[in-house]
Amino acid sequence: MPNPSSTLDWEGLSLRLTFAALTAVAIVFLIAPSLIVILTSLTASQSLKFPPEGLSLRWYVALLHADQMQQAAWTSVIVAFWTTLICAVLGTAAALAISRSGGAWARFFDLLFMSSLLLPALAFGFAALVFIYQLGLRPSIPFLIVGHVIVCVPFVLRTTIAALTQLDHALLDASLSLGAGPARTFRRVILPLIGRGIGAGCFLAFMASFDNVPVSLFLADERTEMLPIHLWQQIETNLDVRTAAASGLIVVFTLVLMLLAERFAGLTGRLR
Amino acid sequence: MTKMQARELKLVLPLAALFAIFFIAPLLVLVAISFASDAELHGPTVAHYVRFFSDSFNYSILWATIALGVKSTLLCLLFGYPIAWIASRANARWQTVLVFLVILPIMTSVVVRTFSWIVILGRQGVLNQIFMGLGLTNEPLRLLFSELGVVTVLAQVQMPLMVLPILTVMSKIDPNLADASRVLGAGEWRTLWRVTLPLSLPGVIAGCILTYSACVTAFVTQTLIGGARLVYMPLHIYQQAIGANNWPFAAAISVIFMLAVLAVVALLNMLTRITPADAKS
Repeated sequence: MPNPSSTLDWEGLSLRLTFAALTAVAIVFLIAPSLIVILTSLTASQSLKFPPEGLSLRWYVALLHADQMQQAAWTSVIVAFWTTLICAVLGTAAALAISRSGGAWARFFDLLFMSSLLLPALAFGFAALVFIYQLGLRPSIPFLIVGHVIVCVPFVLRTTIAALTQLDHALLDASLSLGAGPARTFRRVILPLIGRGIGAGCFLAFMASFDNVPVSLFLADERTEMLPIHLWQQIETNLDVRTAAASGLIVVFTLVLMLLAERFAGLTGRLR
Repeated sequence: MTKMQARELKLVLPLAALFAIFFIAPLLVLVAISFASDAELHGPTVAHYVRFFSDSFNYSILWATIALGVKSTLLCLLFGYPIAWIASRANARWQTVLVFLVILPIMTSVVVRTFSWIVILGRQGVLNQIFMGLGLTNEPLRLLFSELGVVTVLAQVQMPLMVLPILTVMSKIDPNLADASRVLGAGEWRTLWRVTLPLSLPGVIAGCILTYSACVTAFVTQTLIGGARLVYMPLHIYQQAIGANNWPFAAAISVIFMLAVLAVVALLNMLTRITPADAKS
């Protein structure tokens, strides 16, 4: 017979304490960088020292005159917008087909569409560049958007397939037997039920496209500058506080978008 | 093999066509050009592969990249497993908060989070100030441009890829099993080791696959935190493709790199097939 002595409690407590401590350390490491970049950007001085010497918004004001950075940000938003739109349409259609049919073909397509996420994106970007040159063409914005779609569509696919598996098929049968056609059933029954799943996937696809470096590095033409690559060059050449201000803005925007995605699409619930 | 219905085929076809033209075809061209003697696809040759494996410099880059992936993945597992364990026992609200905090870094732009790590790890950075303030060291430690720095940053960024799959599997484990183990006299550690861990292994392996493939290919983080001295495979490909303009050799490196990533993924995947039988016995 087991002997329920006090050593048992100590053992349970030691496990809990160890795991709680590891989690606490991890949480600090997860949050600290975002906090530090925001605090650093609020400095009144010229240097990127932490803690900042005096607080001011001068570097945020300086962003108003950073034309090149603004142009790059705008290009990145446009590309991310089109990427997300195409991902939403093609990804939802493919997700419907995959979740409905099952079987070997569905598994094949699922694996194919997900593989762009596992393979090194840089190798894919380079392959796409070589391919475009072999066709006698040159890198351009449309190619860039297509490249982004390839690496971003897995997000829409995953969340939409997950939403579809929770769909009650009796509702579809009811709608169809009550005389609604497939198109009407999709619009009035399926779409409202999986809309939040598609929305969460779109949010992830947008962020992934906005943030993409490996594909943009190869597929953007010489005149086009994307925000992450522009910021990267700033960091490598002249590390100034304007970069910190831009980073601070991006952190705040990301946080706001994440909260919206959580509120309206149940983001965290769809990721586990 | 079940056949796909015509209607389903119509739905999947647009994305399938896009992938055939812009994903499969480019990869095939990449493989083709890696066997060509020049960028115009002249003459089949294995010279680029021979060159890669006959130069120990290339060799060491490949091993350094795989080692980087393994170290970051293990660090992710060390912290990620406890996070998932605690999250799976927390109530819905706290679970949401934990998951939200874990995905925050990966959602923030890669350049931004790398930049904030430069502020933290630099010679005058936060960590060095803390260490020197506590008297742990007299001169600034070299954290930036070191492998330790790259591993730490990668583990922070890719944490959700480890936590989320483990959490998914752990939430589905019947809590009665752990209770039964305790009632039968096993302590908490033994229950973790013999019951919870084996049952959550599919999540652990899925997490390791995602984390590993994300860490070895994380071009921006590797380059900005590692600096010019620490060369990993993605930077090697970029330097050969754009810097040296040697497309066939860059293509050969890309193919070798992709195979190395896929080999590890396949290896871990095989573990998934072996473990369930193991856990039962």
